[in-house]
Amino acid sequence: MILIVDLCGERGSLSRFEFVHPISAIVEKYGEMAGTVHVSDLSSAAAKAADGIVLCGTAIKDHAWQGLLGELEWLRDVRTPVLGICAGSQLIAALHGGVVSPWPVIGMQATTVLEEDKVLGKERSFEAYHLHNLGHSLPPGFRLLAGTEERAEAFRHTERPIWGVLFHPEVRNERIVEAFTDLCHRDRGE
Amino acid sequence: MKLGVLFSGGKDSVFACYRAVVHGDVACLITLRSANPESYMFHTPAIDLTSLQAQAMGIPLIVQETAGEKEAELADMKRAIERAREEHGIEGVVTGAIASVYQATRVQRICRELDLWCFNPLWQIDQLTYMRLLLSEGFEVVVTGVFAYPFTEEWIGRTIGGTEVDQLASLADKYQINPSGEGGELETLVTDCPLFNRRIRIDRTSTEYSDHSGTLHIEKAELVDR
Repeated sequence: MILIVDLCGERGSLSRFEFVHPISAIVEKYGEMAGTVHVSDLSSAAAKAADGIVLCGTAIKDHAWQGLLGELEWLRDVRTPVLGICAGSQLIAALHGGVVSPWPVIGMQATTVLEEDKVLGKERSFEAYHLHNLGHSLPPGFRLLAGTEERAEAFRHTERPIWGVLFHPEVRNERIVEAFTDLCHRDRGE
Repeated sequence: MKLGVLFSGGKDSVFACYRAVVHGDVACLITLRSANPESYMFHTPAIDLTSLQAQAMGIPLIVQETAGEKEAELADMKRAIERAREEHGIEGVVTGAIASVYQATRVQRICRELDLWCFNPLWQIDQLTYMRLLLSEGFEVVVTGVFAYPFTEEWIGRTIGGTEVDQLASLADKYQINPSGEGGELETLVTDCPLFNRRIRIDRTSTEYSDHSGTLHIEKAELVDR
């Protein structure tokens, strides 16, 4: 089961249809179970029990997740594979010592994968959908997969299965969510 | 949060409004009336009926005229949203965008410029699941325009039921069209839904059609008790 974490400021918000449901739909269509939880209800026990965790994006004005950093510190050391999308990626960067700062982008933008990766796929350029007021640097202990060290668009942890993508793969790049789902499945040993 | 819904009267904007009503406070509907039948952003057939729909829902309506030319259209939409903020104090905008990055990007940018929230509660929804959801939620949806092969004249004026959804599914398979018509293949009008306190009865129509492109002109319609 993949745990889909809703980072929107409000539980049961109108935004969840836009940022959470599309991820659950991709995971389920791919044949994996998806369980949705609002970040304020996320427990480390549930995170440990899941096969994978996706931290979803939020509306462009919604940065409520920043107020939860202290409570979510345990997430830094969780062994379950994690994929952060947009706000989720910013959350991972902030937890691991990266710098989150203003970088507004709305719309399709060319992104280049710098090295082949299990989740991002082969080295290539593609159009990715961005929707954010904030960006992040590459946190210490992570490898840059797209963008620059100051403005990272995608990264992964050097030793643990943690990924972050600042763009929204659920728009025209569903394969990235599927590849993550695949990897969680394999990690479970099936 | 007070919300303004970009409202064409078709199934997507009415369903987005339905979700918005459940989760927030819909203060007004915003309709762009375009003079250009090939508008990039807003569909045109049957748009005058949005005032009947607004009446059926008891929600105020803002109508903004637009020439319907690519860039001016966006400026007109921005003006309409500003009016909604001035007149109704909206803090966020709701759209019925499903897969159109073009539409979603434009509205997101305008909202950012105006420091408003933006909500797209149908974003990336599976289109066949969505068509069935419309039926199970009690939406009465009439096809008011067809604009692509393989749609024939028989589609114009039809109310979408289970049979139509099955046909759309097989057409989508065969011809790579969007089964909900979001690519502009179909235009629709919602004549009844759970938000309406009365339904729209269409009394008189005429049809214009040639070569897989056609429009239902609704010449007379009124609100009636169910």
